Amino acid sequence: MEVSRHWRLNKQRYSLVGEVCPHCEHKLFPPRDICPDCGEDARDLFEFSGKGSVYSFTTVSQAPAGFEESVPYTVAIVQLDEGPLVTAQLTDLGDKPVEIGTPVEMVTRKLRSDGDQGMLIYGYKFRPAFAA
Amino acid sequence: MTEAGLLKPIRDVGIVGYGAYIPRYRLPASEVARIWKDPAGVGPPGEKAVAGLDEDVITMSIEAARNAMSRATIDASSIRAVWVGSESHPYAVKPTSTVVAEAIGAVPNTQAADWEFACKAGTEAMQAAIGFVGSGMADYALSIGMDTAQGRPGDALEYTAGAGGAAFLLGPVEESLASIEVSYSFTTDTPDFFRRANEKYPVHGERFTGEPAYFKHISMAAEKIMSSTNSSPEDFSYAIFHQPNVKFPQRVAKSLGFTADQIKDGMLVSRIGNTYAGSAMVGLTAVLDVADPGERILLVSYGSGAGSDAFILTTTDQLPQRRNLALDTESYIKRRTEIDYATYARYRGKLVTK
Ligand SMILES: [Zn+2]
Repeated sequence: MEVSRHWRLNKQRYSLVGEVCPHCEHKLFPPRDICPDCGEDARDLFEFSGKGSVYSFTTVSQAPAGFEESVPYTVAIVQLDEGPLVTAQLTDLGDKPVEIGTPVEMVTRKLRSDGDQGMLIYGYKFRPAFAA
Repeated sequence: MTEAGLLKPIRDVGIVGYGAYIPRYRLPASEVARIWKDPAGVGPPGEKAVAGLDEDVITMSIEAARNAMSRATIDASSIRAVWVGSESHPYAVKPTSTVVAEAIGAVPNTQAADWEFACKAGTEAMQAAIGFVGSGMADYALSIGMDTAQGRPGDALEYTAGAGGAAFLLGPVEESLASIEVSYSFTTDTPDFFRRANEKYPVHGERFTGEPAYFKHISMAAEKIMSSTNSSPEDFSYAIFHQPNVKFPQRVAKSLGFTADQIKDGMLVSRIGNTYAGSAMVGLTAVLDVADPGERILLVSYGSGAGSDAFILTTTDQLPQRRNLALDTESYIKRRTEIDYATYARYRGKLVTK
């Protein structure tokens, strides 16, 4: 049972909360407490805007356990507007093909379920940004 | 002292933030008719919104709540209640509302609970939120009505049972986009539509239970709230009634004396379906998206079992600016990908793969 692990990850998972370095303003996601840029302590929480663009992507047709029901699906590396790269599933693609540079925004979606009787796991994915 | 039955808090309350959510997939009613060999071959006009594989009442409520928070421009830590009304909570036991509260940053100093009263579970939560804020116990309370509506394959409900809903953050009237003048609830024990525990699909008395259920409760609630406030249909710029289909709200509006013009902006059922607990509430978001300051709105929900909640609202000067801080309801309706019945069956878990 990994209930406690899910709970500790909630903040980071539901709302893209990372850290900001108080010394050089570098934004960290996922949070790792040490600034990769200047090597100092970086523990101040920072909530990302959720806006970004597709940096790279691939389509998954052989899914790992727990994800079988959603094949085929697209996984992307998304560059957040604040800088960090995040790996996440893309969703709500509709009929439009994904391209490098496609503007995307974070949404909280169902990631998987631990079987029919286990927990439902929610977390961030990215969808094509709504046209302004 | 207000007239018997009318609900009016000590402190004036209003809608400080509102937000809609409608998923992107659409199933045309003609597609349901094609599969189930409807004798007319076309079914009722229109289409319904269908949630994607990774969506449920939790994820949809989170997005609507985020939109409400964007418009409210308040700190989520000052929310004291997150209440979600639905007929399709993903868990039988474990609240939808705790996940929503966590995702928007309202934890830990908050109440959280799921509400159940068929299609009026969300407006029931609004009534409670008025009391919570209006008593002074809380400055802000979030009430949500959201559903991924169930209809048995081949049942008449399947043409319209849609997905979507709305979130309303209630707070002090001074900060509001629309003030809530007064509200009212009309309730009787009327078994027109129900779903037993552990059953997947609801049961209804006839094709659509009308007279003793929908029409009686909405009419009684609307007439009472209008007569008690000395108002008549001409005093309202907009009226929104629960929308199980196109004809019911049209007919009840007409019998109460409202024109087609007064109900058109809040009528979404032919484009997104009947979103159950979300239906009347998402209609209100569409009206707030277009209303001018100082306009009066009548909102009447209906929930089987049965009851209606009625509200009289007046928009404020703060509405035109703050509504632009989140996506409007029309943007969600226009974001549209049509699907066929097979894709719908897969998305709604109507296929058994193991
Ligand atoms: Zn640094």
